[in-house]
Amino acid sequence: MSIEIYIDLILVIFLAITALAVIYVRNLFAVAMLSGIYSLLMASIFVVLDAVDVAFTEASVGAGISTVLMLGVLAITGNREKISYKSSLLPLLIVIGTGSLLVYGTWDLPMFGDPYAPVHMHVAPEYISNTYKHTGMPNIVTAVLASYRGYDTLGEVGVIFTAGVGVLLLLSRKKMNKHTNAKNKLEDKS
Amino acid sequence: MELVISHINYWVAILLMMIGFYALIARGNLVKTIVGLNIFQASVFLLYITFGKVSGGTAPILQKNTELYSNPLPHVLILTAIVVGVATTSLGLALVVRIYESYGTIEEDEIAELDSKEED
Amino acid sequence: MKHHTIPRVIAKLAIPGIILFGLYVQFHGDYGPGGGFQAGVIIGAAMILYGLIFGLDALKSVAPQKIVTSLIALGFLLYAGVGIVTQLLGANFLEYGVLAHSPKEGQHIGIILVEIGVGITVAAVMIIIFYMFAGRKQ
Repeated sequence: MSIEIYIDLILVIFLAITALAVIYVRNLFAVAMLSGIYSLLMASIFVVLDAVDVAFTEASVGAGISTVLMLGVLAITGNREKISYKSSLLPLLIVIGTGSLLVYGTWDLPMFGDPYAPVHMHVAPEYISNTYKHTGMPNIVTAVLASYRGYDTLGEVGVIFTAGVGVLLLLSRKKMNKHTNAKNKLEDKS
Repeated sequence: MELVISHINYWVAILLMMIGFYALIARGNLVKTIVGLNIFQASVFLLYITFGKVSGGTAPILQKNTELYSNPLPHVLILTAIVVGVATTSLGLALVVRIYESYGTIEEDEIAELDSKEED
Repeated sequence: MKHHTIPRVIAKLAIPGIILFGLYVQFHGDYGPGGGFQAGVIIGAAMILYGLIFGLDALKSVAPQKIVTSLIALGFLLYAGVGIVTQLLGANFLEYGVLAHSPKEGQHIGIILVEIGVGITVAAVMIIIFYMFAGRKQ
């Protein structure tokens, strides 16, 4: 057993604790900070699992941009979560049921890091052995992203474009008077 | 112990997924719901990257004297998924801001109450 | 945060470094970890840091909202445009081999152009999202 498996073990346990804390904590500013920590831990796990490109993205997106966005929203909406008196028994049962079914499904999955797992048998070796011949660049992830699967990436850029336009449409309209809108409607009716 | 080490990443991914799922269905605060959605999403990323790992392999950047690389395909999928994820999250947060501006609250039950009052 | 000296000085020192690092990530993506998605996010983060420290108006005078909005579309069009150009040169959509004399060189040019398109769109979307949320507060 190599050392990286133990590092991975410790990091995933931290990750689980952070996620539980996100659910438990009611101060939403703390939730924003915890979700930043969650992303940073996730990025560290990606480095241990050899996905350096992904770790890079997760660190800059999750720990950087999302936290700023979340704080921006909380500055507008306030940071307290209301204590709800709704029973959480049914959701808990659903979650435990689904989770145990999924865990039952993991018995058939390949061992962690197994080089003969089906996922490594089909197209991946082809990319690894031919990328340099075809494109002349050593970073396989970039080559697959931009060249072999360029059409997909065009679609992804389209999704980001659409999301940006969506945010522009939703938030660039003039602000209506806070709180009064819904109440005014009520008064008009009565 | 062997079994735990070889499956712990799958189990943690499932645990995170269920934590996110719980936040989605049980919590009424809209910001918390979106954080839950993010946790759910990140757990899928973890699952994919775990599939791509080859023990003893290195990061898929070609270099001399190395033969064994981890599988680059999950990395490509997840790389774009993360950026698309933050774009869609911001769309969700924009909706939350608009809901707050017209209802004055981001709690689901209060919004439903305001709506039912309006119908009467 | 204009009246806090320490964040202001640190930001002034850090922002050029962050932008330079973003450009390095953008153009070194073929050889090391990196590429358009990461570079776009890093450059967007540098701009957002500037906006957080020096105020939204200062950022808007550096990157006017109209220009950033059109950059969102420009990046996407650059990406699609490379595909159209390869089609006009007689190859398939986004088949970069025909962009230069040898297929390998063409691949290099194509991938760099496409990554620039991705980087522009991602950075512009991040900045616009920040504009929208921060502008809503006042």
